[in-house]
Amino acid sequence: MIPAAFDYVAPTTVDDAVRALSEAGEDAKVIAGGQSLLPVLRMRLAAPSKLIDLGRIPELRGVREDGDTLVIGAMTTHYEVQRDPLVREHALLLACATDTVADPQVRHRGTLGGSLAHADPAGDLLAPALALDAELVVSGMDGRRAVPATEFFTDFFETSLRPGEILCEIRLPKYTGWSAHYEKFNRVAQAWSIVAVAAAVRVENDTIAQARVGLTNMAATPVRATAVEQALIGQPATPEAITEAAQHAAEGTAPTTDGNADVEYRQHLARVLTSRAVTAALST
Amino acid sequence: MRITVTVDGTKYSDDVEPRQLLVHYLRERLGKVGTVVGCDTSNCGACTVHLDGHSVKSCSVLAVQADGSEVTTIEGLARDGQLHPVQQAFHDNHALQCGFCTPGMIMQSIDLLADDPDPDETAVREGLEGNLCRCTGYQNIVRAVRDAAAKMSGGAGPEAERVGESQQVAGGGN
Amino acid sequence: MTATIEPEVGRARLRKEDARLIAGRTRWTDNLTLPGLLHMAIMRSPLAHARITRVDVSSARQLPGVIAVFTGADLADEQGSLPCAWPITEDMLSPNAPSIAVDQVNFAGEAVAVVVARSAYEAADAIEAIDIDYEDLPVVLDMEAAVADGADLVHADLGTNKSATWVFDSAEAGTGSEVEEAIAGAEVLIERTYRQQRLIPAFMEPRSVMVDPTGEQFTLWSATQIPHILRIMLAMTLSVPEHKVRVIAPDVGGGFGGKLQVTPEEVLTFLVARRLGKPVKYTESRSESILAAHHGRDQLQKLTLSARRDGTVTGLKVELLADMGAYLRLVGPGVPILGAFMFNSIYKFPAYRFVCTNVFTNKTPTDAYRGAGRPEATFAIERLMDELAAELDLDPVAVRERNWIRHEEFPFTTVAGLTYDSGNYEAATARAKELFAYDALRAEQAQRRERGDTVQLGIGTSTFTEMCGLAPSRVLGALAYSAGGWEHAAIRMLPTGKVEVVTGSSPHGQGHETAWSQIVADQLGVPFEDVEVLHGDTQSSHKGMDTYGSRSLTVGAIAVVQAADKVKAKAAKVAAHMLEAAESDVEFAAGAFRVRGAGADATSVSIQDVALAVFAAHDLPEGVEPNLDSEATFDPENFSFPHGTHLCAVEVDTETGRVRIREYVAVDDVGRVVNPLIVEGQVHGGLAQGIAQALFEEAVHDESGTLTTGTLADYLVPSAADLPNFTTDRTETPATSNPLGVKGVGEAGTIASTPAVVNAVVDAVRHLGVSDVQMPCTPLRVWRAIHTGQTDAGGLGGEAGGGLGSMGGTQ
Repeated sequence: MIPAAFDYVAPTTVDDAVRALSEAGEDAKVIAGGQSLLPVLRMRLAAPSKLIDLGRIPELRGVREDGDTLVIGAMTTHYEVQRDPLVREHALLLACATDTVADPQVRHRGTLGGSLAHADPAGDLLAPALALDAELVVSGMDGRRAVPATEFFTDFFETSLRPGEILCEIRLPKYTGWSAHYEKFNRVAQAWSIVAVAAAVRVENDTIAQARVGLTNMAATPVRATAVEQALIGQPATPEAITEAAQHAAEGTAPTTDGNADVEYRQHLARVLTSRAVTAALST
Repeated sequence: MRITVTVDGTKYSDDVEPRQLLVHYLRERLGKVGTVVGCDTSNCGACTVHLDGHSVKSCSVLAVQADGSEVTTIEGLARDGQLHPVQQAFHDNHALQCGFCTPGMIMQSIDLLADDPDPDETAVREGLEGNLCRCTGYQNIVRAVRDAAAKMSGGAGPEAERVGESQQVAGGGN
Repeated sequence: MTATIEPEVGRARLRKEDARLIAGRTRWTDNLTLPGLLHMAIMRSPLAHARITRVDVSSARQLPGVIAVFTGADLADEQGSLPCAWPITEDMLSPNAPSIAVDQVNFAGEAVAVVVARSAYEAADAIEAIDIDYEDLPVVLDMEAAVADGADLVHADLGTNKSATWVFDSAEAGTGSEVEEAIAGAEVLIERTYRQQRLIPAFMEPRSVMVDPTGEQFTLWSATQIPHILRIMLAMTLSVPEHKVRVIAPDVGGGFGGKLQVTPEEVLTFLVARRLGKPVKYTESRSESILAAHHGRDQLQKLTLSARRDGTVTGLKVELLADMGAYLRLVGPGVPILGAFMFNSIYKFPAYRFVCTNVFTNKTPTDAYRGAGRPEATFAIERLMDELAAELDLDPVAVRERNWIRHEEFPFTTVAGLTYDSGNYEAATARAKELFAYDALRAEQAQRRERGDTVQLGIGTSTFTEMCGLAPSRVLGALAYSAGGWEHAAIRMLPTGKVEVVTGSSPHGQGHETAWSQIVADQLGVPFEDVEVLHGDTQSSHKGMDTYGSRSLTVGAIAVVQAADKVKAKAAKVAAHMLEAAESDVEFAAGAFRVRGAGADATSVSIQDVALAVFAAHDLPEGVEPNLDSEATFDPENFSFPHGTHLCAVEVDTETGRVRIREYVAVDDVGRVVNPLIVEGQVHGGLAQGIAQALFEEAVHDESGTLTTGTLADYLVPSAADLPNFTTDRTETPATSNPLGVKGVGEAGTIASTPAVVNAVVDAVRHLGVSDVQMPCTPLRVWRAIHTGQTDAGGLGGEAGGGLGSMGGTQ
């Protein structure tokens, strides 16, 4: 299928991109890696008047350290995130989740920022971003602002990005020495997650000292399983303790029903997969 | 929009509509019909080509996004009449039947071998998860990729695509 | 010259076809172009059942590059009715089947307008500018509701949603006894209802058609399995003289029955090209293919099996509802009838009754999909055999063994009236059990059950046979099929000794060029490389019945053998003349004629020598025509009956319901094998499709009749990462019905594998109270079955999960 016609501009700086976006008006769209957007355009489920391509803005790409913070450019591809030693060292959970995104070709084009801004609740990178307390730095005509992940995702495919704003970078506190696992449940390899659980834990003296658990596709936005985290902290890293903590996984979730899963099953899966994710994280 | 793209070693400069998909540019403008379109949603992988050395689904890239880039298609693999080792392995292992998915399968296989020169069965299957085949049940495709891996030493991907180096790639040994 | 010593038949020859396919030098229909080519796009109904009240194409006509826009009204007078070649009963109801809807749409996806433009991009834009108003009609989706009294009607003028009811009864046919008596006297009754979900063939190459009207002559290229049938049907449907139509199927990227059709798109492209006098091409998108190309399966099977307590079966009653969709397509009504003869399978049922009602619904029409009727039947009987074993607490393989036809009983005439020529179910089963480590896996299963493992092991059995090689014209006639089942071949001896083989069997991935070359190399004693196989063009291959029903080798290749026999007979006369011997003293071996008994060193003339001599024609025997070329048309006496034993071990995660195939062993008996590489490939691919039915694929409609699995993101064709490694092997019991001893293989893997997998899934959790899980056995369904006993969770009417729900995002 064939997209409807649109204008196209590929600015080379964030400032130019922001200007182009605000000048183009509300029918314009930003294209990052385009791996979700292009199929949508081909199916003519959307017909933007203009695409602002962020693909030629070098400052949006790459991973760097900023003191205790890891900074990932929004246009860093999944492939780059997967292979980046800084990400592996300081945000292993994000690397694990990125490994499971779509397929290799898509990972070569798709970007972290694009995935987060797309805000598909079945997308695999939202829950890790939330669980890891990511801060999303956005730029608009009024300047830059940092939005905590807790405030970024507002609804199905909706974010708190304002008209004319562009997601520029993702800032994460360093989780150096944490272990992590992303447990994804889907029907075929390249399908979206029915449910997935992002878990990162830090163990001290055989006791879980810190824990972060995020849930994919358990509500209109990613969900932080804080009750699970609380239940894990201070517990010995034993199967019994993990299973018991995981029983809290469905608290505060509001999953949808579709052909693959209903609410009860999704909530059940959240508990089972949380237990497995934490267990797997502990064995890494 | 004016774009300049190098495809299979030849430089092209063309005016294109911004909405033109890379795969349509390749097929309709350049006559590179070896790369085919199998779906609308980037699930099937039949349109896989290499863009600056990495596999992409050319149905999910705009031609304008490829401006200034190098593209390699299935038609650019063979050198001086000699097949790329992955092409040869697909033939040797009966890894195709109707052959429609084959260009994309081969391009993705080359990419996967570039990242992992000695993949086990699971790695091959996962590396090809973005490519659908309806004929083979994949078993012989997996076999072909591992066979190619065994016969290649210099890696695949951009290396194997560089003009004049096919001998090294096909040669085996270090 | 050196003749071939080692026989070609039986060799694992690498395929000739591959050279162009691995290099991207292919000739898919969509790769072809012509000077001045125009592009057609189709607007399709978004509604499943509605009256068209207003069509406004005026804006579309104004758009740049748009040559023409046609509506149903514009083409109504010349479009005819799409053909249905299988009126299964004399009173079968068949509605008019337009290629483009004129005043009413009967399924979502039906064409309602077409645009012809300079480019495909411009045509797509113009589709968006067409405005159509509809008035909703009640939507008929569920088959049982559709046949109930007072049901809403798909076609009001027919007065019913029942197209036809077809009955086979062994007591009436004289092939067995009365099934109701068997049921009344049963020691054990197994009564089940199974659902064959609707599937989508999902060949990888989307359909494409290009029509070039040049004066009176029309050339049509199409991604079709059936160029010959298509030509005839276009002539009969559109009143265009047959000799003015040439159909070419160039490289065709898979079919699986999905391209065994005379499609609305072919007719529309033809009509539009004729109207405009210009070449026109239409290539469907994947979404259109999924929505509008015919679907497969979709049956509701009510089954009653009677048996004695020792496991001996005494009767089988099958009551089917088969969903035709909105119209009867080419062979759609006959698909369930192909299954009618297969429910009894390899077992000696004394009594059998089959009743099938074909039903109209407001869905995409159904027709052949790999196996066509036989997978449905095989699934039913193999599931029942496992249920019988469970009921009697017997080993599932032992129950089958008790009832199957023993190898010394062949030829065997079944309760359905077919005569199976050969088979050895014992040998295939023994080999499968050995490769599978059956006893060890059963032991592990017992241990896991005892431990109460989260992951349980299940073992599924499928001992199948099928009737294929379609086939005897006499039988097809008796089943009211409109055509015969012969196949045609011709051999042309070129002056330089090279050989052209023309086959009427048009391939789309099977490897005819290689296999036919092997056969002819043996028959004529020429090198494999010296044979060229021509096919798929009604001008070069003027006569044929095409490729489906695993018929190419068992019918088409036999015609090739017979044509080769005729070439040799003609050549023998010339060779004898050249050897100055009597024809009766000359023998042919390894590509050369010699005087019989003259020894290896004696003078010989090769078939190539003869070809050149005939070309020169300077010195031919009296009355001999200077021509070795020969043709033959073969019509077999019987079907072909491949069989095999498939064993599947699955692990079921009882916490999530996920099924993982751990081991799959397929031992097939397809008679003698021309090319083991190709046979193995056919089995692998067949297994993948059968497993996909068991675990992944389902076409789902919501309550409005919208197909919610409308892309490959929602209709889950498995990838390499979703399928296991298969262990395959063969036993070889030659067919007695053809000179090569070959049986069909194209559909075997698909037919056998689906029940093997589902049997394994049920076996894994039967001790938890599960006796069925509807296909596809999704994690949700398996989990629900374990925890609540519900077998069809998340079924009809649901939203597809995942997919492109994703219309909003910004980046």
